Amino acid sequence: MNLSRTSRTLLRAALAAGLAVVYVPLAVVLLNSFNSDRTFSWPPAGFTLRWWSAAWSSAGLRDALWTSVLAGLGATAIALVLGTMAAFAVQRYAFFGRETVSLVIVLPIALPGIVTGIALSNTFHTVLGLPLGLLTVIVGHATFCVVTVYNNVLARLRRMGLNLEEASADLGADTFTTFRLVTFPMMRSALLAGGLLAFALSFDEIIVTTFTAGAGVRTLPIWIFENLFRPNQAPVVNVVAAALILLSVIPIWLAQRLSGGDPQTH
Amino acid sequence: MTTTTTAAPAGVRRRAASFLHRHSGVRLSLLLSAPLAWLGLAYLGALAALFVTAFWSTDVFTGDVVRVFTWANFTDLVTGEVYRTVALRSLGVAAAVTLIDLVVAFPMAFAMAKLASPRAQRWLVIAVLTPLWASYLVKAYAWRVMLSSDGVLGWGYGLTATVVTLSYLWLPYMILPIYAGLERLPNSLLDAAGDLGARGWRTFRTVVWPLTFPAAVAGSIFTFSLSLGDYITVKIVGGKTQLIGNVVYDNIGAANNLPFAAAVATVPVVIMLVYLAAVRRTGALESL
Repeated sequence: MNLSRTSRTLLRAALAAGLAVVYVPLAVVLLNSFNSDRTFSWPPAGFTLRWWSAAWSSAGLRDALWTSVLAGLGATAIALVLGTMAAFAVQRYAFFGRETVSLVIVLPIALPGIVTGIALSNTFHTVLGLPLGLLTVIVGHATFCVVTVYNNVLARLRRMGLNLEEASADLGADTFTTFRLVTFPMMRSALLAGGLLAFALSFDEIIVTTFTAGAGVRTLPIWIFENLFRPNQAPVVNVVAAALILLSVIPIWLAQRLSGGDPQTH
Repeated sequence: MTTTTTAAPAGVRRRAASFLHRHSGVRLSLLLSAPLAWLGLAYLGALAALFVTAFWSTDVFTGDVVRVFTWANFTDLVTGEVYRTVALRSLGVAAAVTLIDLVVAFPMAFAMAKLASPRAQRWLVIAVLTPLWASYLVKAYAWRVMLSSDGVLGWGYGLTATVVTLSYLWLPYMILPIYAGLERLPNSLLDAAGDLGARGWRTFRTVVWPLTFPAAVAGSIFTFSLSLGDYITVKIVGGKTQLIGNVVYDNIGAANNLPFAAAVATVPVVIMLVYLAAVRRTGALESL
């Protein structure tokens, strides 16, 4: 390529500077969680583990974490079923309105969260008369999580083709056996990747949650948001933030392992 | 295709399997039933119900919703000075965030796609992806810490802080599509431009930019839409700043006026639909 030495250096510098901007705020949060001072004062006054142990023993925090895990698992389970079904229908069959299905599935994530949030809470409240709680949170989360599973399974089905399933049928396996022994194992990693994304999406969501959770239910993001503006809770919130930054390495690692061990390569 | 294999007796199962095998129409409707009932009926129904609510009003004294058709909410929205200011401010913020992200992301994506070795590329993609997994709230919080008056930057909160934080939050959504677009752009085209005498800037203007434009537009859909609907970041770093999202939120919570909130909520939806319709020709939707 005919780029001058200067422009190469400049572009590389831009990349390095950009990545620095991306990571510096996260590093500041991590450092600040050990800051012995109560405020965000910079530079840190001293080193302490006090806030980490305070966070560990906070009952409200633990409840919120547990609620978030439950909501994430529920929403992921529903998204796995619905997303897989829709992906099979769209990839394996030709029917009227096939393009619209994709659009409807993408819509909950394409529209602003607040629109989805108030639309659902309005329906739960006035139309269905359902009390808001963990169940309505799960329903709300599942609605926008379907797309991640759908996209992953769709891409996998596209690459998989029909040959192996046809071979299985020729060898005498019925529809269910073929699904269990051939189709499902081949799309397992796609389901894992889609499920992982769905869980992460649900675990992090705050806007739809705000409108569908009602008074008693508090997910982790809601807990963080409620305590964000309380000065005496600041150190504990900071610890939670730091812990979440550290935990975000896990899905990255899992995703790397998944993409490394694709089943169609062997 | 559910695996209800173990419980059912072998005969029933066998017959069900062969029935399904022969009737692809039944298979298709079984597969489509649940997803369409959920997203097609329930979700679209909820959106439609919200839209209808926008044409109702609230009784001033009781706070109950009055189910009589009226344009009042939309007239208030259009004539109210405050709402026009807020809507324009939200548009301005979304546009500014998109522009900043574009300017920051393009050189980064170019360096990743065209200057880095394949091995380094893999790691750079991970480096850009990783912050996406860190919680949205945590990242907004990080900027609250950085910007607080005794923090690392100490700029304080306000409109600028909101634009900076939103740009930070959505930057990966801009880098990744542009990177993918640049990766698809053959190096031979850049070499050809060079052989024909074009320098760096000219090559960018006449070859690189036109070919990666759809990818940049795809990224802008994310940055624009995500900024337009946001009200959490504004609350965290915006000080007293109000965007469309805050107006919707306040009308549901404090003012208890769902019909008006629904009317305000149609604003970002309409803007997004106009935006999507405008960019459809660029082929950006296919590179999402």
